[in-house]
Amino acid sequence: MSGDMGIGVSAPRTEDRRFITGRGRYVDDINLRTQQYAWFVRSPHPHAEVRGLDAADALKMPGVTAVLTGADMQADDIGSLPVAWGITSRDGSPAVEPAYPALATDRVRYVGNPVAVVVAETRTQARDAAEMVNVDYEELESVSSATAAMEEGAPLIHEGAPGNTCFDWEWLPAAMAPDARSNTDKAFDEAAHVVSLELVNNRLVPNAMEPRASLADFNPATGQLTLYTTSQNPHVNRLLLCTATLKMPEHKVRVVAPDVGGGFGSKIYHYAEELTVCWASRRLGVPVKWTAERSESFLADAQGRDHVTRVELALDAEAHFTGMRVDTVANLGGWLSAFGPAIPTVFYAPLLAGVYRTPNIYVTVKGVFTNTTPTDAYRGAGRPEACYAVERAVDEAAVQIGMDPAELRRRNFIQPDEFPYQSPVGQLYDSGDFEGCLNLARELNAYERFDERRRQSQARGKLRGRGMCFYIEACGAAPSQAAGQLGARAGLYEVATVRVHPSGSVQVLTGSHSHGQSHETTFAQIVAERLGIDFGNVEIVHGDTGEIPFGMGTYGSRSLAVGGTALYKALDKVEEKGRKIAAHLLEAEAADIEFTDGQFRVAGTDRAVSFGDVALAAYVPHNYPLQELEPGLEETAFFDPENFTFPSGCYICEVEVDQNTGQVELCDFVAADDFGNIINPMVVEGQVHGGLAQGIGQALLEHCLYTPEGQLLSGSYMDYCMPRADDLPNFVVATRCTPTPFNPLGVKGCGEAGAIGAPPAVINAVLGALRPLGVRHIDMPATPQAVWQAIEAARSGE
Amino acid sequence: MREFNYYRAGSVRDAAKRLGAGGNAMLLAGGMTLLPALKMRLNEPGELIDLAGIDELSGIKLTRKGAHIGATTTHAEVAGNVELRAAVPVLPHAADAIGDPQVRNRGTLGGSLANNDPAADYPAVALGLGATIFTNKRKISADDFFTGMFETALGRGEIITQVLFPIPQRAGYAKFPNPATRYALVGVCVAQFKTGVRVAVTGAGASVYRLTDFEDALDSEFSEVALDGLTASSANLNDDMHAGAEYRAHLVGVMARRAVTMALD
Ligand SMILES: Cc1cc2nc3c(=O)[nH]c(=O)nc-3n(C[C@H](O)[C@H](O)[C@H](O)COP(=O)(O)OP(=O)(O)OC[C@H]3O[C@@H](n4cnc5c(N)ncnc54)[C@H](O)[C@@H]3O)c2cc1C
Repeated sequence: MSGDMGIGVSAPRTEDRRFITGRGRYVDDINLRTQQYAWFVRSPHPHAEVRGLDAADALKMPGVTAVLTGADMQADDIGSLPVAWGITSRDGSPAVEPAYPALATDRVRYVGNPVAVVVAETRTQARDAAEMVNVDYEELESVSSATAAMEEGAPLIHEGAPGNTCFDWEWLPAAMAPDARSNTDKAFDEAAHVVSLELVNNRLVPNAMEPRASLADFNPATGQLTLYTTSQNPHVNRLLLCTATLKMPEHKVRVVAPDVGGGFGSKIYHYAEELTVCWASRRLGVPVKWTAERSESFLADAQGRDHVTRVELALDAEAHFTGMRVDTVANLGGWLSAFGPAIPTVFYAPLLAGVYRTPNIYVTVKGVFTNTTPTDAYRGAGRPEACYAVERAVDEAAVQIGMDPAELRRRNFIQPDEFPYQSPVGQLYDSGDFEGCLNLARELNAYERFDERRRQSQARGKLRGRGMCFYIEACGAAPSQAAGQLGARAGLYEVATVRVHPSGSVQVLTGSHSHGQSHETTFAQIVAERLGIDFGNVEIVHGDTGEIPFGMGTYGSRSLAVGGTALYKALDKVEEKGRKIAAHLLEAEAADIEFTDGQFRVAGTDRAVSFGDVALAAYVPHNYPLQELEPGLEETAFFDPENFTFPSGCYICEVEVDQNTGQVELCDFVAADDFGNIINPMVVEGQVHGGLAQGIGQALLEHCLYTPEGQLLSGSYMDYCMPRADDLPNFVVATRCTPTPFNPLGVKGCGEAGAIGAPPAVINAVLGALRPLGVRHIDMPATPQAVWQAIEAARSGE
Repeated sequence: MREFNYYRAGSVRDAAKRLGAGGNAMLLAGGMTLLPALKMRLNEPGELIDLAGIDELSGIKLTRKGAHIGATTTHAEVAGNVELRAAVPVLPHAADAIGDPQVRNRGTLGGSLANNDPAADYPAVALGLGATIFTNKRKISADDFFTGMFETALGRGEIITQVLFPIPQRAGYAKFPNPATRYALVGVCVAQFKTGVRVAVTGAGASVYRLTDFEDALDSEFSEVALDGLTASSANLNDDMHAGAEYRAHLVGVMARRAVTMALD
């Protein structure tokens, strides 16, 4: 009796009513009486000494309340922005973590680095006054590319980081052979074929639809601070505010993340602006609001990717992968963002086995400071980079040895009977049916008829190419103890409270946060299914530390696998207590009570009491076992997963290239994913579409580009090319399910898959089209100019 | 955006008077270019004089001389005009390639020409068809109108009132869009008249320009083959993250050929 909206149903989204009718309530929609506005003074230079700051003119401007600086912040003992993950270099030394003040005191290290904040009665006044703040900069030499920053004589960005090296890391976890390196080298020595590629994983700007915003409201009378902020994880923000930066007790701070318009990772972190408005509100005794302009989002939201990688793959004479070496340089930006050092290391290297039985893998990563916006997790976070390296190398191997790329992959797949599978890079894969997914994708692509389509394209003067990718990723972060061993400075469990009201309706308080993921729908489906109540009688509450016990938030496709399981466990407890109450009402033993379709029933009889009656009895305990049982029906569960979950899938993409212009057109895109069990197929399909659009954007369109010195060239949509609907084909998506054994729902996560699998599929397809012209390599994004240049270079024999 | 005064002009005279009155006034047509510039504080006028209420500035009329299009006629109106489609299809085709539906419903011919964005589409068609731009003070031939990047022959206080496009025997406009903005990375308009062929290029240089060697070749024979072996020079072409000068020069050649094919279609 879940009102037809139980698990597995494409229930229409509860959220859509308010979003589509313009009644969403985002941070910028919240306005408080007496609120003032913050505008940040930002560095126009990539690298400069701040020699002085003169606010006298700004303070004379109308409406201005204050101009606050880093020095004021220091005087108030505000902590620097925390790094949430510690990485250790191969020589045993910790990564260099320079103190990152929210407002720069002595040096700025990227364009957009905040140096001061103006608070005024209106936004325009604050902005006008900010233009009048005189900062005395002494420009320093600067560098934007990580490889250039590593060169001798490159400008030094942090005193404590010689060579601009934050860390020099190799991946040798406890679960791995200590001789991984020599074993891998041996595999290469004995290889029949070796493939070697140098790959650039282009930097991206996250571009959530809603720019970041924060509104802080400190009440001097109660000492209570309320922060409304665009966050994927309000409890984490509170934790960091209270323990690291603002230093207030948790009970005095409430963080609310109301409707949030997309995050893609960029709204995980505790940012300078958010901290600054909290502090300014406390200092000035008025609510202070900041809403980013789009151009600020380009400069100040943590950016994604930016790797340069040398990947080598060794194969034996039968085309089995025998070894892989990966050496990556990761650009971390001017300071460390919260998870900046973790993304190119522990979220990257453990996925480099892909779906293959490669026995020996050795990975090294250098994290490098540059004069650019800090980088951090962006949809996929480390896994797209890993997948790109593996799947480009595999495709290149297929070309080199002249084998069908599907066959080469098939030959190296981990087999269904090998799960759980211990990969050589330290992951315990849960489940999968890679050949099944491959076959599904081949069928949807009409794989055998490609030559026909290629001829048709040729007849139209176009070059057709097909590309394939098989991704695997780790979701459901994370087993806290394992994460702790890897350097995490937080737990990674999730929390849910199920509050049953006297009338039997249910409120769920979840520590997960939905900023596009549809929790209000899918989580309600789980409750409706489990309790046999109407979907409409369930409300999902998220995003408010004042209401929800605790939580770690949403990123890394963890909501359902971890947050959904916490909910499931809380429902177990509700059911358990309900069973005891029902036993009392039915004068039976609790062990004899079964609970199905919303009825507690004495097994084998027609004696039953409904869930609603049990709820009522719990709150009106006239006939109730008060000696043994507390009244009320509300349960909380914390769930800490035993393992990650491992979605996987096969993507096949076909493109047509116009060799006269270099224009790539996507003709077909097939996605066959294994997300484990699925709660709401429509929501999952939507997540796949969005992920694919972002992955395709990375492959063909999006490019966050700096001058060599660090001025952002693609600082607006005039230059940063976001995918539009007409850039994308009609996606054909399908799923194949192998449930994970590591959570009771059997779910794996689907939020990032598209962004992980699409880039290599697209680039493999582009190269497939161009290879007949002699083109062997192209970097992302494969823009028309890049494709044309590759063709020209091949023609002239370069 | 800084504060400014808004004035809705009742006639061209009224607008011109206001414009001449000082107060750092600017004309507002569709606002598709001007409003973003205000938001980014690239322009900080004291007053905006809105032309939208002036009926005489809007409309499409075909005469013996050609297509007369009022300055505030929107791109969507041009794109959807049945008479233009029959008489001079290159115009509605080019208008339809501008921006997106929102932009086409607001943006105007006069605004586009006055702005002379180096990547805008209309300037190529105006120069390619040898249009005449009428202002409240005089008429200016397209050959004299586009003087440089975002620069025109318009003087202070001068208002475009209408544009006259002569009707060619045949014409085509081929545009290769900038992937990010969808403005022309390169756009080429080719038009054949009894008096000769005109070829105009937008997107590639600082301002729209004519390609005389292509014109000569097409004068002798109006076909793609006539362009065989002809390449456009990359000297002084734009160079940005989307396209270097070499690539732009190459695209000029490709788009010119496509425009010819289109004209012959
Ligand atoms: C998202 C987007 C995409 C776009 N894509 C394209 C594209 O693909 N191709 C393209 O060509 N353009 C494109 N444009 C620009 C669009 O065509 C604009 O409409 C045009 O450039 C300006 O016209 P407007 O009526 O909006 O002028 P406004 O923005 O109102 O004015 C522009 C300038 O012209 C002046 N002006 C306006 N009318 C007159 C007049 N009658 N006499 C004298 N001066 C006048 C104004 O004072 C101002 O300086 C795009 C714009 C946007 C926002």
